[in-house]
Amino acid sequence: MGNLLKEFSKGIIKENPTFILALGLCPTLAVSTSLINGVGMGVAATFVLIGSNVIIALIKGIIPERIRIPCYIVVIATFVTITELLMKAYSPALNRALGIYVPLIVVNCIVLGRAEAYASKENVIRSLFDALGMGAGFTLALLLISGIREFLGSGTLFGHSLGFTFDPASVFSMPSGALLVIGLLLGFFNYLKQRKA
Amino acid sequence: MSNNLIVSSSCHIHKEDSVSKIMWAVVISLIPSAVAAVIIFGLPALKTILIAVAAALVTEAFIQKITKKKISVSDGSAFLTGLLLAYNLPAQVPFWLPIVGSFFAIAIGKQVFGGLGQNIFNPALAGRAFLIASWPKYMTSFTAPLSCDAITSATPLTLLKETKIIPDITYLGLFLGKRGGCLGEVCILALLIGAAFLFFKKYISWHIPVTFIGINGLFVYIFGPNGFFTGDWVFHTLSGGIILGAFFMATDYVTSPLTRKGQIIFGLGCGVITAVIRLWGGYPEGVSYAILMMNGATPIIDRYTKSRVYGKFA
Repeated sequence: MGNLLKEFSKGIIKENPTFILALGLCPTLAVSTSLINGVGMGVAATFVLIGSNVIIALIKGIIPERIRIPCYIVVIATFVTITELLMKAYSPALNRALGIYVPLIVVNCIVLGRAEAYASKENVIRSLFDALGMGAGFTLALLLISGIREFLGSGTLFGHSLGFTFDPASVFSMPSGALLVIGLLLGFFNYLKQRKA
Repeated sequence: MSNNLIVSSSCHIHKEDSVSKIMWAVVISLIPSAVAAVIIFGLPALKTILIAVAAALVTEAFIQKITKKKISVSDGSAFLTGLLLAYNLPAQVPFWLPIVGSFFAIAIGKQVFGGLGQNIFNPALAGRAFLIASWPKYMTSFTAPLSCDAITSATPLTLLKETKIIPDITYLGLFLGKRGGCLGEVCILALLIGAAFLFFKKYISWHIPVTFIGINGLFVYIFGPNGFFTGDWVFHTLSGGIILGAFFMATDYVTSPLTRKGQIIFGLGCGVITAVIRLWGGYPEGVSYAILMMNGATPIIDRYTKSRVYGKFA
């Protein structure tokens, strides 16, 4: 069990997909304008990650080595389609806000990376915990980035005003603000890593 | 400058010019514009300048302290950054705007890259770009010249962009700075006095400013409003921030190319981008973005204009 917990927790801190592995930056940059979008993206990607990791760990024995990537993509695309249809049915506003980035989870490097680097070599239970950890790490990173961007760029958190007003810096709602925030956070986490080492 | 800046092998002659001496000389060369700004826009201009400079110095000292570097506030570079940032602001802005701008300019524009000499982009312009993307409403409400109460007025270039007609201002009025605009850019006379001082001291060379202003003038003249070769290049040269940008910001040693050939390419690029933004872009003025873009191209320019090592083929 302790071993499984380690598989889970490595995705959150030691191998955080966004801040340490620097994977999946495209959706991170694009949708982190508000906390709602960030959480929506994080949860959607986590769901796909869990589904694809489990299925790929199950069928890894019968996937021919040479066409493994197309096989992974088919599995991932299935789960992305499920996610998108669910989102359209139950949360159309979120679906509109995330736009093209929901279908683009198919080519999210985190999902494909975990399938290739982990699920294709490990058993189902461990792959499940790996997916949970990576998904949680991605969601937490998105929470942090989108929280900073929503607070500084619009002066709100989860769409609610905070009881005091200031002139929000609209640059943080723009793509350049996303690059600024992610760059500074990457630098900060690298600094922590180096100090620990 | 260019004669002193040829990168060559030894032997070198030591000259007493130091970084801080040149920085303070540039600060001195900008004083006439500060005086002009206070005359034209009144005391709010002075307040904005002082806040921006103070914030830049405090930020520099603070960051050097927490990163345990030698505190080099007295070298004048932070002072200069704060001063240039203030020159890029309207005279009447909320007091916190120059503070945030100076903080961004020094912290993100300069210290993140490793401090003086390491930064890719001109820190003052990085600060301005941050402010204009964040608070456009404060950054584009300009005080009318010579009005004691805070009447706002558009800059001549904004009027041109919105009405497509050259506004009714005499060239002399533009030259002396009787127009709305950022506080340091309006008085061309004062800027030219400062630039002449820098030329006289050989701290800047003609290559960047002349090509910058020249190609911009040529470009707007060719692509005039009534067909080719009808543009009002005098108006375009005297309005906006091109004089301030070309003489004092595009010539920044750190962010402009080293060789003369590179500097000419740099100036031409700045001028063309400025003219393109002014004529067809969404913003009325493009000097700051032009310089920032060419700052980004500087490493490539340096690479392809490197002087040949004796005995080696390029």
